[in-house]
Amino acid sequence: MERSDELASVVLSKQAPLGEDINVSEYCETTEERTYQEELSSLDEEDRLRMREVGIEASEEGRSGTFVQMDHSVIHEGSHQEGLEIMDITLALEKYDWLRDYFWKAVPVDTDKYTATVQSRPHHGYFIRALPGVETTLPLQACLFIGREGLAQYVHNVIIAEEGSKLDIITGCATARHVKGSLHVGVSEFYIKPRAKVSFTMIHSWAEEVVVRPRTTSVVEEEGVFLSNYICLKPVKSLQMYPTTKLVGQGAMARYNSILYAHTNSYLDVGSRVYLSAHCTRAEILARTISSGGKIIARGHLIGEIPEVKAHLECRGLILKDGVIHAIPELEGRVAGVDMSHEAAVGKIAQEEIEYLMAKGLSGSEAIATIVRGFMDVGIMGLPAPLTQEIDKAIKSCEREIF
Amino acid sequence: MLTVRDLHVEVAGREILKGIDIEIREGETCILFGPNGGGKTSLLLALMGFSNYQVTKGEIVFKGEVINDLPINERAKRGIGISMQRPPVVRGVKTRQMVEIASDGQADAKELAHQLDLIEFLDRDINLGFSGGEIKRSELLQLLAQSPDLVLLDEPESGVDLENIALVGKVINKLLEKYLHRKRKKAGLIITHTGHILDYLEADKGYVLFDGQIGCQGNPREILEDIRRRGYEACTICRR
Repeated sequence: MERSDELASVVLSKQAPLGEDINVSEYCETTEERTYQEELSSLDEEDRLRMREVGIEASEEGRSGTFVQMDHSVIHEGSHQEGLEIMDITLALEKYDWLRDYFWKAVPVDTDKYTATVQSRPHHGYFIRALPGVETTLPLQACLFIGREGLAQYVHNVIIAEEGSKLDIITGCATARHVKGSLHVGVSEFYIKPRAKVSFTMIHSWAEEVVVRPRTTSVVEEEGVFLSNYICLKPVKSLQMYPTTKLVGQGAMARYNSILYAHTNSYLDVGSRVYLSAHCTRAEILARTISSGGKIIARGHLIGEIPEVKAHLECRGLILKDGVIHAIPELEGRVAGVDMSHEAAVGKIAQEEIEYLMAKGLSGSEAIATIVRGFMDVGIMGLPAPLTQEIDKAIKSCEREIF
Repeated sequence: MLTVRDLHVEVAGREILKGIDIEIREGETCILFGPNGGGKTSLLLALMGFSNYQVTKGEIVFKGEVINDLPINERAKRGIGISMQRPPVVRGVKTRQMVEIASDGQADAKELAHQLDLIEFLDRDINLGFSGGEIKRSELLQLLAQSPDLVLLDEPESGVDLENIALVGKVINKLLEKYLHRKRKKAGLIITHTGHILDYLEADKGYVLFDGQIGCQGNPREILEDIRRRGYEACTICRR
């Protein structure tokens, strides 16, 4: 830890290579502790509704465990399934000495000023672990919630899927309805052991003045699988992230799906990066981006480091009105024998598609809504049914704002 | 049911239809013959109201109402349905959804798809990777769901394999209520280039559309026979 502190202190002002430079000192560092809730149903109804919009069930129905952090306090945690742990990272570090071996190993602490700040001023975060061979019967849910205007929230999450385990996780990040501006920085480190599989679905629902800087890396060992689904459909001032996966074990696989919607004045710089560093590893990156006035930079980066790896990147963008979508797909083959491809398309809704649907009886605006909904088709994600339903719900909850 | 009077239509500033007159009565099936590029598809798309097909003169009267200025969906609601030759792919919108849209949620998608041997297409993106014949069957599936009073079919038999052509014929007969002999209400305007569809369907009237104008009209089988014998060139002579 001391070494991490040292490294962090050196880079506290190191600007990130991408995204607008944020003056973190403009955000409030401290806030009052919130009370632990034995039952999430005792939370304000408005907060519970916001949580539901990002896939978090206050009743915990259909979930095998829950973690909820509001501002700087962990207000609920616990697993209902043997062999699964979901808890406050601070407590987990006290409980397990070995956890320090995972801390800042996937994401270097000196990545930029945001990671350094998470080290110097941490406000909890979650620890999730599946013991060897254990499979989640129902998804786990983790919520990072900001309830105070102007607050900075720095969290550090570690997820470990031990050998042969299977983890389905829904993470919902949101601000309370009255919060307009705040800063969320989340470091997430995933360790996926041989033959383990992690399905990670993250839904963000922020507000017009919120700044978000997630820093995520996953390390996938032999025949492990990492599926990441990311949905951000609500306004956000500035969001920049470039989650990275390192496929280090033979036959490992990663798939990133993201659905992004940029409202007017929203700026989203989102990418996915995969290093294919072991034999027969595979990766797929799929992005669906829509702008109705905001700016989206949709990045993707596949790095083939040894022969016989296969990867594909696909980015489709739809500009509804006055927005900017800038797709930057990158393929980097470092040896002969890699098989990597990409396709990117940015455009508007085709008039012939609108009219085709109108000929079946839909009005022009209904046709556009149907096409946009189809464009965000979550069926492409190949998710287990409960996760697909959560994403469908998230999209439906936004439709009134979108159309 | 449908009266088209002196219809002139432009596509991208170029006149494609040059004064079309057509009359289709309730319960009547009309066949539209004509060489490629003669304006057959343009006529159907103009009747449906597609924006690339600008009516510059004339009238389209449907059930007594001039519909020239009605948007496409209002024409659909009033009872006009179309099977397109090359419908677009709409990613993420499933065939099942299209059936729901066309029937306003009333149709049993599975039952209808079964009739057209399209069960496995219900959860596929509409028209994505469909063969020519599959597109035709999928268009008919949506028409079955919509059950329009006037059915516009653009070459319903082209690209359909031998195995399925009888099936397509059967469904068209159903759409046009051919099983009713006295109280038939449904009407149709069917484009055919080859005339093969007449092996499966009885029609009442035929028109030949040539160079944006109706060349001749009459008994569809006689017209077809004539075209088979003398080709569309005869229409040029006829018009002179």
